Amino acid sequence: MPVVMDADRIGRTLTRIAHEIVERNKGVEDLALVGIRTRGVHIARRLARSLKEITGDEVPTGALDITLYRDDLMRHAVGPQPLVRRTEILFSIDDRKVLLVDDVLYTGRTTRAALDALIDFGRPRSIQLVVLVDRGHRELPIKADYVGKNLPTSPEESIQVRLMESDGQDEVVLQ
Amino acid sequence: MKRLLKGGRVIDPGNGIDGMHDVLIDGDRIVRVGRDIPVEGVTVVEVPDGYVVCPGLIDIHVHLREPGQEHKETVASGTASAVAGGFTAVACMPNTTPVNDNANVTAYILAKAAEAGLARVYPIGAVSRGSKGELLADIAELKAAGCVAITDDGHPTASALLLRRALEYAGMFGIPVIEHCEDQSLKGDGVAHEGFHAASLGLRGIPGACEALGVERGVLLAELTGSHFHVAHMSARASLRAVRKAKEAGIRVTCEVTPHHFTLTDESLLTPVAYDTNTKMNPPLREAADRDAILGGIVDGSVDLIATDHAPHHYDEKNVEFDRAPFGIVGLETAVPLSLDRLVHSGLIRLPRLVELMATNPARVLNLPGGTLSEGAPADITILAPDLKVRIVANALRSRSKNMPFDGWELRGSVAATMVGGRPVFVNPEASIRL
Amino acid sequence: MTPAAITALRHKDLLGIADLAADEISLVLDTAEAMKEIGSRPIKKVPALRGKTIVNLFFEPSTRTRTSFEIAEKRLSADTLNIAISSSSVVKGETLADTALNLEAMNPDMIVLRHSSSGACHLLARICRSAIINAGDGMHEHPTQALLDAFTIRERKKRLAGLKVAIVGDLLHSRVLRSNIHLLTKMGAEVWVCGPPTLIPTEIRRFGVRATSVVEEAVRDADVIMLLRIQLERMEGAFFPSLREYFNVFGMTEKRLELASPDVMIMHPGPMNRGVEIASEVADGPYSVILDQVHNGVAVRMAVLYLLAGGSEHEAAA
Repeated sequence: MPVVMDADRIGRTLTRIAHEIVERNKGVEDLALVGIRTRGVHIARRLARSLKEITGDEVPTGALDITLYRDDLMRHAVGPQPLVRRTEILFSIDDRKVLLVDDVLYTGRTTRAALDALIDFGRPRSIQLVVLVDRGHRELPIKADYVGKNLPTSPEESIQVRLMESDGQDEVVLQ
Repeated sequence: MKRLLKGGRVIDPGNGIDGMHDVLIDGDRIVRVGRDIPVEGVTVVEVPDGYVVCPGLIDIHVHLREPGQEHKETVASGTASAVAGGFTAVACMPNTTPVNDNANVTAYILAKAAEAGLARVYPIGAVSRGSKGELLADIAELKAAGCVAITDDGHPTASALLLRRALEYAGMFGIPVIEHCEDQSLKGDGVAHEGFHAASLGLRGIPGACEALGVERGVLLAELTGSHFHVAHMSARASLRAVRKAKEAGIRVTCEVTPHHFTLTDESLLTPVAYDTNTKMNPPLREAADRDAILGGIVDGSVDLIATDHAPHHYDEKNVEFDRAPFGIVGLETAVPLSLDRLVHSGLIRLPRLVELMATNPARVLNLPGGTLSEGAPADITILAPDLKVRIVANALRSRSKNMPFDGWELRGSVAATMVGGRPVFVNPEASIRL
Repeated sequence: MTPAAITALRHKDLLGIADLAADEISLVLDTAEAMKEIGSRPIKKVPALRGKTIVNLFFEPSTRTRTSFEIAEKRLSADTLNIAISSSSVVKGETLADTALNLEAMNPDMIVLRHSSSGACHLLARICRSAIINAGDGMHEHPTQALLDAFTIRERKKRLAGLKVAIVGDLLHSRVLRSNIHLLTKMGAEVWVCGPPTLIPTEIRRFGVRATSVVEEAVRDADVIMLLRIQLERMEGAFFPSLREYFNVFGMTEKRLELASPDVMIMHPGPMNRGVEIASEVADGPYSVILDQVHNGVAVRMAVLYLLAGGSEHEAAA
């Protein structure tokens, strides 16, 4: 079970992404972070802290649960429904540049659901995609704007991102 | 033709017989009960060990539904159900369409019974014209046509005054008034026993006191008139208490209980199927304390007899919301297995008491010819297989209706064969007897 | 709030709270919290039940419950169909079983049933493959009402266990009462019920509640007071002598409220009879959460619809 990113590497990667965000957006004015539940939210909060350290400014941060937008929700005739958790976007996203944050980018279907959900909250000026790991195998025309690590994988493998907030430690594991 | 039922345990409580005997039948009459009856010139029927030969069972509370409700039952289908259940005679309730309140209806029923040629049928006439509770029916005419009792069953007799008159008038002919005991104002639109389960299921309740009030009324009027008052399908412990006190006081009161009331409780409203309309009957299935009291009455002799209140209803009529469904279940074909399993094998009573409850006493209460194996009595005989296990299957019932909550039940004890007037009218293919 | 330990209900249908375990109740309430947020969005609609057909089959007039279900269904993008049948036409027309079979032939995914007969949804559930949701059956249960009541209490008090809840009114005929008793006792609340003895069901204590006809006793230190509607026609059934006397003996007044906990919640499933079971000052007063109940009804019903749309764990395993 090879560890492809350890805690230190994850920390440095997120700091780097924060700098890229500031650079590309010429500051953090009008930016907002929206993390996709569960681990995207933790990463978004960490990025918000980094952005504050770099610029001194608070970037509003929200949490998005995309369960109700999943395209496989009603595909199975019977079976338990995925657990729905709370979406918390306590600010208007209208005319903001929204940074959508997730832990792993794979088929792109989660991102597609998240884009649909975000649009229901208003009309952002732009949406940029931030992921810690891009493992390839896209099924939809979606591309990340900020990538922590590109990790070529086979579909049989699985990537596990573990974070302090939910898993007690920081690491990315390939199985 | 002479037939000898050889072997088997013969139980005839009326004559104090309980032992290994043979029964000799000549034509439609019983000739002799005894040991070592010569077998020359007679057809011998071997009765297997463990089987019981007894007077034909009599169910004095049956709804045959004919005339007028033939989609539920007919005299033919009802009597087929009766003989399959071990009954050689049934008394049928007058709440047909039209009501059996005149000799024409009585004669019609008797003609249908003769045509069917299965169980004997004793019609019961109405107390009041059209059972409307206003004018007395022509009771002398009914009696002459063959009615053996009167009742406005389905409902109580409309008023105390009418019940008094009915008792007085029926007393003249020596026939009892059978009463569906119920205070209608207290019943209201109740559909189930008033207790925890009805409360939980949101069903309107019928308290036990509702029945007991009707019993008390009848008892007082029986005392007043000196006539015979019979309590139908008694279900509540308060009713039993009233009957016991009346009997102690020497009042002419008798009572019957049904197999479903001594077997089930109101818990059946909830399980195995909630709101099963086959658990809806009137009087309703009572709580455990009532059921246990009824069992106590069976044991100590306060209860005179078992009757089924066989109440056929079509599937469509029962396949509705609980409060819209009609009351009642069929019972002719389950009475013997339930009674043997729940009363005899449970150790509550012995077989002679059961025969008394199902044959001797029903005949006595309605003054019917059967219920005995005396010399010269009609050869109405039921052979029981007390240890034969049966699985109740609703769809296999002979009755035209299948409404009952015992589908799939496995019980110990069954009917082996039924003879009416010396003629075999039912032989259970599962039993090891050939007639 | 700790998340529910399970992710699905164990039943195809929601017939009553009596059938639910505590963890299932928690799952509905937790899911409803997520659903509530959707109602505050500019676009109050998610695609979760797109392509699902839900029939709202109402045999009793109901504005509040039917509207609430319909909004919930639409917010989840289900296709909805409202069928209102007056009970009187049923007498002449087809049976409930036939109505159900006809609906079933059109292959809906869920049927929301309101009916005046207790157990009507059990009959429907035996006949139909569709998930049946009980929107009130006779005097039996009204499970989504109890769930929304619990949601409203939990939102305010952050818990259900250990709260003293007093339910006052016509207990005998109330399906809201039965559902609430099941739910609150399962979740560990201390439930008191109160009403005139004529309107208290037999053996009410076997439900695990305290019963009294002294309203002050029920209300004393109560964290929640739930009032049940007194139906005016009950007077004619001689359940109580007059509305005036009922109000004098049982009506919730500001004075009686003083006995309750200082942060008591006043609830009513509606529709209210002001001046009968509740004084107007109380209904409109600071302790009243009656409109919150209505508001939360949509989220709770969305949760129920969502959870039942996927089928049960039991079926998935089979």
